[in-house]
Amino acid sequence: MKLTLRVWRQKNAGAEGHMSTYEVDGISPDMSFLEMLDTLNERLILQGEEPVAFDHDCREGICGACSLVINGEAHGPERTTTCQLHMRSFEDGDVIDVEPWRAAAFPVIKDLVVDRSAFDRIIQAGGYITAPTGSAPEAHATPVPKADADYAFEHAECIGCGACVAACPNGAAMLFTSAKVNHLNVLPQGAPERETRVLDMVAQMDAEGFGGCTLTGECATACPKGIPLTSITHMNKEWLRATRKAARR
Amino acid sequence: MARTVWDSTVGKKAVMAVSGLIMLLYLIAHMIGNLKIFFGAGEFDHYAHWLRTVGEPFMHYEWTLWLIRVVLAAAVVAHAVSAYQLSRLDLRARPRTYVHKRPRAGYATRTMRWGGVILGLFLVWHLLDLTAGTVHPGTFRPGHPYRNVVSDFSHWYSNVVYIAAMLALGLHIRHGFWSAAQTLGAGSRTRDRALKTVANVLALLLTAGFVAVPVGVMTGVVS
Ligand code: HEM
Ligand code: SF4
Ligand code: FES
Repeated sequence: MKLTLRVWRQKNAGAEGHMSTYEVDGISPDMSFLEMLDTLNERLILQGEEPVAFDHDCREGICGACSLVINGEAHGPERTTTCQLHMRSFEDGDVIDVEPWRAAAFPVIKDLVVDRSAFDRIIQAGGYITAPTGSAPEAHATPVPKADADYAFEHAECIGCGACVAACPNGAAMLFTSAKVNHLNVLPQGAPERETRVLDMVAQMDAEGFGGCTLTGECATACPKGIPLTSITHMNKEWLRATRKAARR
Repeated sequence: MARTVWDSTVGKKAVMAVSGLIMLLYLIAHMIGNLKIFFGAGEFDHYAHWLRTVGEPFMHYEWTLWLIRVVLAAAVVAHAVSAYQLSRLDLRARPRTYVHKRPRAGYATRTMRWGGVILGLFLVWHLLDLTAGTVHPGTFRPGHPYRNVVSDFSHWYSNVVYIAAMLALGLHIRHGFWSAAQTLGAGSRTRDRALKTVANVLALLLTAGFVAVPVGVMTGVVS
C-alpha cells in the first residue's frame, strides 16, 4: 500500500504546530497503524530528520497509552485502540490525517503526545478503596451479586486512554470519570467512600478544566472498551445522591 | 448545598434540567389552553379570564397568575444563566478543533445552544406581542385575547415568527427532555428507548398543538 500521511508536528509544548505531509510506501494491510508509523519513523531517522513522537506501550489494546485522532476520529475508523487498528481498514492511495487528542486539559507535549496526568489526579481524588494490606482476604467473606460484579467489571475495562475526551466537542471527561466512579461505587469494597468518591472525583474533573456534558454521545461512540453512555447517567445519580446526603449531615 | 450544586458542572446541569422541565410542564398546559381557540371567542376569552381568578376566594384576583409568572421567570433565568455558563466552560475546554472535520451528533443535539437563544428571543417577542401588546401588528385590545390572536395571525410575519419558533421548540425538547432524564439520573439502558419515544412524542405534540393556532387562523377555521 502507498499512503499519504498528514501528521501534526509540534516541537514542544510552547511551539506552534502544523500539519506535515509524508508519503509512505510498502505498507502491508496486516501492519498495525503504529507499525505503519514505525516504518515512517525509520525512514525519517535514516534521512536524519526528527521522528514523529507518539505514545504507545503494550500494543495489545490494554494499557491505554496509544492515542491518535485519525481522520477526525479518536483511535480511527474501527472501535478499538490505535495499536489494534490495522491498515486493512484503509485503501491504497488514501490520504490519512493524524492529530493529537485535543482538549485544554490535555496539552500537547510534542507532536502527537499529550499530557494526560489530569486523569491521574482524578483517580487520586477518589479512585481507590480503603483496605487493610496483608494477605489476600478470604474470597467468600464479602459476597458480590453477579449482576453487580458484571457491572463493576464492565466499568473496570476503562483503560484511561482519553479517547472520550478527544471525541467530545466540549473536551469533557465524564465518561472516564463515570467509569471509574461506577466501577468502585457498585461494589461492597467501595461502599465506605461511596459519597466522597463521586463528589471528589467530579470536583477534580472540573478543576482540571474539562468541559461539561451535553449528552452528545461522541465519547461512548469513540470508547474502545465500549463504556456505555448510561455510565454518565449513573454517575449523575450517584452525585445527586451524595450531594443530598452531604446536605443532611 | 446550593453552592456545591452551582459550582459543579454536574450540579449546574441539574439546575438546567429541572428548570427546563418546569418550563416544559407549563408549555403543556399553555398548549392545551391555546387549543380552546377552536371553540370560539366565548370559551377562549372566558378561559383567559379564569386564569386571573384561579384560587379565589383564597387568592386575590391575579395572585395565582403572578405566582406562576414568578416561578416561570425564575426558571427561564436559571436555565439561561446555567446554559450560558456551561457553554462558556465547554468552549474553553476545547480551544482547538481538529484539522480533519467530520459531521457530529444529530441535528437536535447540535442546535441546543442557538436554538435556546432563538427561543429566548421568541419569548421576549411573544410577551411584547400578546401580553403587553407593544409590538402587536394591528390594534391590541387588552382583555380580548381571541381578537388579538386572530389579528396577530392575519399578518404574514407573525405566522413566520411563531411557526419557526415552534419548530425550534420541538427540536429543543427532543434532545432536552431525554437529556434532562440522563442529567437527573433517571435514564438506564432498558429505559432508553422509552425515554426517547416520550421525548419525540412530547416534541411532536407540542409543536403540532402550538402551530395549529396560526394555521387555524390562516385557513379561516378561526376568524
Ligand atoms: C431562554 C431560552 C432558552 C435558552 C437560552 C436555552 C438553552 C439551552 C441550552 C444551551 C441547553 C443545553 C443543551 C445541551 O445539552 O447541549 C438547554 C437544555 C434544555 N432546555 Fe433549554 N433553552 C431555553 C428555553 C427552553 C425552554 C422554553 C424549554 C422548555 C421546554 C427548555 C427546556 C430544556 C430542557 C428540558 C433541557 C435539558 C437540560 C439537560 O440537558 O439536562 N429550554 N437549553
Ligand atoms: S471511558 Fe473509554 S475512551 Fe474514555 S478513557 Fe476509558 S477506555 Fe478510554
Ligand atoms: S499501546 Fe497499549 S492500548 Fe494501545
